[in-house]
Amino acid sequence: MQSEITHIASPLPAANAGAQAVPSLATPRDYFELLKPRVMSLVVFTALVGMISAPGSINPVLGFTALLFIAIGAGASGALNMWYEADIDAKMSRTAKRPIPQGVIAPGEVLGFALFLAVFSVVALGLLVNLLSAALLAFTIFFYAVIYSIWLKPSTPQNIVIGGAAGAFPPVIGWAATSGSVALEPVLMFLIIFVWTPPHFWALALIRADEYARAGIPMLPVVAGDRATRRQILLYSWLLAPVGVLPWLFGYASLLYAATAILCGALFVLSALRLSKASDGAATEKAAKHLFGFSILYLFVLFAVLLVEKAAGWSFGQLVW
Amino acid sequence: MVTAVDEQRDQKGIVLTPEQQKARRQRSIALAILLGLLVVLFYVVTLVKGPGVLNRPL
Repeated sequence: MQSEITHIASPLPAANAGAQAVPSLATPRDYFELLKPRVMSLVVFTALVGMISAPGSINPVLGFTALLFIAIGAGASGALNMWYEADIDAKMSRTAKRPIPQGVIAPGEVLGFALFLAVFSVVALGLLVNLLSAALLAFTIFFYAVIYSIWLKPSTPQNIVIGGAAGAFPPVIGWAATSGSVALEPVLMFLIIFVWTPPHFWALALIRADEYARAGIPMLPVVAGDRATRRQILLYSWLLAPVGVLPWLFGYASLLYAATAILCGALFVLSALRLSKASDGAATEKAAKHLFGFSILYLFVLFAVLLVEKAAGWSFGQLVW
Repeated sequence: MVTAVDEQRDQKGIVLTPEQQKARRQRSIALAILLGLLVVLFYVVTLVKGPGVLNRPL
């Protein structure tokens, strides 16, 4: 057996080129990078808000356990995405330093790692917390890896509109972990993230349009151009502003949340307006970067206020229908 | 064609370079720590859930 060289098969032709099993130089940090830690942190945060908002209570140990396995499940879907898109990642500067394009971890190894984590996180969540949250986590992983990464992303410029649902599920999973059910309140949280995702992601796509074009991904700026994308961003921003206020309108949040959501929504629209009116070139890029950064802040602030309100039990100015 | 793997072979098979050994050691330690933490977590969750540990409501 000593003289045999193992070949690692990958579905990706690019990844197969020169793929030979060499002793690995991968460190634990490389494996952690496969989990998309920044995305994971947003998932954990929004899931925590869903968990705290739900009626009833969850034992802190079980709450931590639920968050841990939701994070691992999210990381698994990120790793599956990196495995499938390794050839695309290699063509884009933003993603070229990921472990597979860098040749640090073999594609087949990433697939095994991701599938193991996906199954493990779902089974553990089901055994230790409850079956509904586990089922929702399983569906989220499937949606992100198969519906978004494999099906939608390479085939339609509306990929992120539908695919955004995957990132919107965590508060619903968190809610289900505490209450064992799903209600309108986490669905509203889902809706906020769902409507927030297109303008957030298209702002980034505007900046990276050339790279997406080179990689053959039909992102909206590539297919419809800059101006149409900026128009769509503005449209979704107008939609997001009122959607952000819904938790207060439905009586689930206090006046503090309403004021924050209205202010942040107005700033979001303003930022999108500035982008839509920016002249082509550097001005557009600057405005898109600003909107991208602000969009992250927007979601963080809204969910942080919800979290503080729920944790502190504030109900000042809450509407009762 | 001589590959990196061929260059690392001798009669004892593949001999790891110091960097590869270091990376493998780091991976082994990380795995050991993670497994240990999981054992502790499952133990604590079992204590928390008590006799209801096998009861898995929706």
